[in-house]
Amino acid sequence: MPPGFSAADFYYILPELVLVAGALLVLVVDVLTSRQQRPLLGWVTIGVLLATMLTLLPFSDVDVLASRGLLAIDGFAFFFKLVFLLTALVTVLMSSSYLEVEGLRAGEYYFLILCATLGMMFMASGIDLVTIFIGLETMAVAFYILTGYLKPNRQSNEAAVKYFLLGAFSLGILLYGMSILYGLSGTTNLRELATVLATGEPSTLLIVAVVLVVSGIGFKIAAVPFHMWAPDVYEGAPTPITAFLSVGSKAASFAMLLRIFMEGLPFLAEVWQPMFWVLAVVTMTFGNLAALTQSNIKRMLAYSSIAHAGYILIGVVANSSRGVTALMIYLMLYVFMQLGAFAVVVMLRRRDVVGDELKDLSGLYFRYPVAACAMLFFMLSLGGIPPTAGFMGKFWLFSAAIESGYIWLAVIGVINSAISLYYYVRVVVFMWLREETLGSPIVASPAMALALTVALVGAVIFGVYPGPLFELAESSAQSLGGVITGVGVSSF
Amino acid sequence: MLEITPAHYMVLSSALFMIGVIGVMVRRNIIIIFMSIELMLNAVNLNLAAFSQQWQHVTGQVFAIFVIAVAAAEAAVGLGIILAFYRNKETVNIDEMNVMRW
Repeated sequence: MPPGFSAADFYYILPELVLVAGALLVLVVDVLTSRQQRPLLGWVTIGVLLATMLTLLPFSDVDVLASRGLLAIDGFAFFFKLVFLLTALVTVLMSSSYLEVEGLRAGEYYFLILCATLGMMFMASGIDLVTIFIGLETMAVAFYILTGYLKPNRQSNEAAVKYFLLGAFSLGILLYGMSILYGLSGTTNLRELATVLATGEPSTLLIVAVVLVVSGIGFKIAAVPFHMWAPDVYEGAPTPITAFLSVGSKAASFAMLLRIFMEGLPFLAEVWQPMFWVLAVVTMTFGNLAALTQSNIKRMLAYSSIAHAGYILIGVVANSSRGVTALMIYLMLYVFMQLGAFAVVVMLRRRDVVGDELKDLSGLYFRYPVAACAMLFFMLSLGGIPPTAGFMGKFWLFSAAIESGYIWLAVIGVINSAISLYYYVRVVVFMWLREETLGSPIVASPAMALALTVALVGAVIFGVYPGPLFELAESSAQSLGGVITGVGVSSF
Repeated sequence: MLEITPAHYMVLSSALFMIGVIGVMVRRNIIIIFMSIELMLNAVNLNLAAFSQQWQHVTGQVFAIFVIAVAAAEAAVGLGIILAFYRNKETVNIDEMNVMRW
């Protein structure tokens, strides 16, 4: 292989380069504009994200290894990058009014959101342990700062400290696992690793490395028992950041998980499948049971997002191309459902109302029927009621599990969906059946209205007409090397 | 003369790693917890350098340099976060982090 990089390598990371340039542009615009012109920054950020999306489109059916095998530019990466950019887009749309109410500086905020998105994009296309790790940290460090962005607020401080300490701790565990993988194979490239290590009986050290990597990633996707940071961080962080964290960071961590386990360690499926089976069951059950008693809506959505990580893990356990397809579809639908629900919560934040308690939703229907109906739709969708997007997603996940022989896993998933309905419907009860509370009127800024519209349109269209999404996810899942196309082996 | 093999380095690094993990679990001071985490990362670096020597190529060393750089970036952000916390609460004891409870 020739040393150095060629021009082609730069072409393949064009979307990332556009994003970096855009992030710097945001900082420059921040310095050049006066305080009154600050809303402009949000639209600049939107422009940057749209430009990145445009430059990403030509890569939809490319499948190459770029930068001397450090990055895989393939359909899998394309799909996940699309998910991240959409998430960032909706987050930025719902942020502007929130920043104004909280009196926060906008420049660094948008810059850090773009940095986090950049990290996620490298996590999805990284096929080398080093690239994946750098992407992960680019994302995580940006998120540490964003979580503590409400500097005078104690909850935000506390959330940032907890997230930082546990994030760094989990990074240590993950890296130790990675260092052993490197020691055993002599390479950090996941595809080479798969060929080098696949021969012979797996050593004890290899199993130790797998356990360490599973727990490190478990922290990042907030799987029980590695979830303890999630509720506090989600509650304390600024609400749009909570939304971004619960969707973007989770999707990126799942991309990393699939890359490491399906590209790098497919021959150890018998070892990691049972681990993820247990994690999936515990995560969805615990998440749903804990969500039942919450009175803070951000905290409730945090536990609900833990439960959703459990559902999504079913797609990993299935270990088939159908499982990966279902996982990717679910993540895309989850973007719209979860961000939509959070957009309504952000909208409730006014000068005199914090708006993150369940009682703040009381009687919402009588004053703002549109917002209430949107929230109703997102709640039913998260709960998985038939005509909605959430139902389609769960249907594919559970059927992938059944196809791979994990019937009990699907049954537990269905029981959990039934439990989760209780707390989703409780939100609806508050909106329709309680007396309305007083407070200044809710004003939806144009950006916020756009965010809600994007989320609603996405959830509705993919709920009733999922064909194109299914085809895109299916062809993207094919590009993930090492995916077993047949039926997985079940030991349960 | 006893030859130092990667196994010896593994023993040292796993000891270092375990000390770090135990430190994170039992200490109550945020700064000390943070130092324990740095200990874990240094155990990783030791591993990477030792394996790099064993395989006779530089990949592991490059990885270690990246780990060091990222740890430095993380330390900068982390200390800033801890400082912001201290300004509001006047303490760095982890038991005082009790605004949010379930």
